[in-house]
Amino acid sequence: MKDSGRSAARMGSQVLQLMQNTGHAMFMLLEAIYFTRYVFSKRSRGETLVQLYITGIKSLAVITVVAMFTGMILALQTGLELRRYGQEVYIGSAVAVSMIREMGPFMTGLIIAASVGSAIAAQIGTMTVSEEIAALEVMSINPNRFLVMPRLVALVVMMPILTVYTNILGIFGGGVVGATQLGVSMQAYMDNATQFATNKDLYVGLLKAAIFGAVIATVACHQGFMTTEGAVGVGKATRRSVIISFLVILVLGYMITRMFYI
Amino acid sequence: MIRFENVTKKLGGKTVLNDISFEVGEGETFVIVGLSGAGKSVTLKHMIRLMVPNSGNVVIDGETINGLSRAALREVRTKFGVLFQSSALLQWMSVIDNIALPLREHTRMGEEEILQKVDEKLRMLNLGDAGDKFPADLSGGMQKRVGLARAIIMNPKIVLYDEPTSGLDPVTSRRIDDLIVGMRKELGITSVVVTHDLHSALAIGSRIMMLHKGHIVENATPEEFIRSKDETVQSFLEAQYITKKGKWEKVGHE
Ligand SMILES: Nc1ncnc2c1ncn2[C@@H]1O[C@H](COP(=O)(O)OP(=O)(O)OP(=O)(O)O)[C@@H](O)[C@H]1O
Ligand SMILES: [Mg+2]
Repeated sequence: MKDSGRSAARMGSQVLQLMQNTGHAMFMLLEAIYFTRYVFSKRSRGETLVQLYITGIKSLAVITVVAMFTGMILALQTGLELRRYGQEVYIGSAVAVSMIREMGPFMTGLIIAASVGSAIAAQIGTMTVSEEIAALEVMSINPNRFLVMPRLVALVVMMPILTVYTNILGIFGGGVVGATQLGVSMQAYMDNATQFATNKDLYVGLLKAAIFGAVIATVACHQGFMTTEGAVGVGKATRRSVIISFLVILVLGYMITRMFYI
Repeated sequence: MIRFENVTKKLGGKTVLNDISFEVGEGETFVIVGLSGAGKSVTLKHMIRLMVPNSGNVVIDGETINGLSRAALREVRTKFGVLFQSSALLQWMSVIDNIALPLREHTRMGEEEILQKVDEKLRMLNLGDAGDKFPADLSGGMQKRVGLARAIIMNPKIVLYDEPTSGLDPVTSRRIDDLIVGMRKELGITSVVVTHDLHSALAIGSRIMMLHKGHIVENATPEEFIRSKDETVQSFLEAQYITKKGKWEKVGHE
């Protein structure tokens, strides 16, 4: 009895903690959005360019491989199934639609969360435990403008661009599998793909990508700021930022699809 | 100038500051000593509202800063320059960019003027050729001096030093002590210095305050401090080979 009371209290305080953290993160995000009006100012544009570069370039190699294989797997999976009905040619639309709508933003989001997001959490976490954030505050330099805003802008801008890249490579990868394994010519594959994928699919996919970018930036920066207990804490913050980003991307991805297609 | 009124601060279930009151006057070189974990850094952090007391007030220039709005807090903070215990330099910026940061953020100075100001500080702190290096490539002592240059680049009225000389060689330590003294003499700057080095505390301090287990066990002039009856103070003095009749050179407040 006493025990269950205590664990209920603990759970209560954990829920409270979670809500408080979410509140902090939201406040940080809103303030960073407000500060985007300074993105072209002399003080901020340098850092924004650096972040754009880091976000765009850092994971290109991984994204290339993952995108190709995602398309290839999709083509192979659906192709084998469709072949039973003699409809192999439809892998074009199957791959294109699921890449553009779901897999493109999703895969890109996971990779960027694991690479760029974790690096942001580690960097800001290190800054927090070595008093650099405190130093910024004392100098009246708002960390949400100085650090969060450029990262937010970089991720929101680069995620859709990288997603388009992922989509193109994925669709191409699917086409290669179609041509070599399923006897669907590249021409027929592309015709089928462009016939069924709609502009709406593209817009929804890109919207998702941009939102995922904001999620990754918010979670990573927030976890960085919350870091305590030195180098160990930085490791924890990095890991938490990746896990939380993954979860939020999954849930939001589902909800956005639901919102636009049901 | 800085006044603590019955400040109590609990951190992680522990009372780090227990009902502390003291005052730092204008032009003072106020030294805070105490064992590791005594709450010295926590005390400094309260002065610039990086921490807020659980109860009690921190008053800066007659203004209670506990509940200040952001804009007012900003105003208060411009009075301060802070040298953090860990130097707190931004790792991805060169020494020059680190020192120039407050100027670039808060003034409309042209690049030429900024670089000239930075250069002035670099020479003052004997960092002549370190300008293009990055913090990670500097020794601990050099990082401290860069941190100090950044702290004073906006000409603050009050400078807080958290262990400015720990880990430095005696000659460099002495130079930093001289600098603290010089800034008071030439610019009238008020200093609060946290240090473990009692010799330096006695030499430069106008007052020395010792913290122990959340309490102030002594707050006195250097002359009174070494004659303190308090046991913790005495053992602290003895640990650094300073006796009641000990002699030392005074450079700050003769
Ligand atoms: N953010 C914090 N959260 C929890 N506890 C803290 C925090 N900051 C400081 N403390 C605790 O407060 C106490 C005093 O810390 P403080 O950093 O002021 O010590 P100090 O006197 O500066 O010691 P040192 O000479 O080692 O720097 C320590 O026990 C420390 O563990
Ligand atoms: Mg300390």
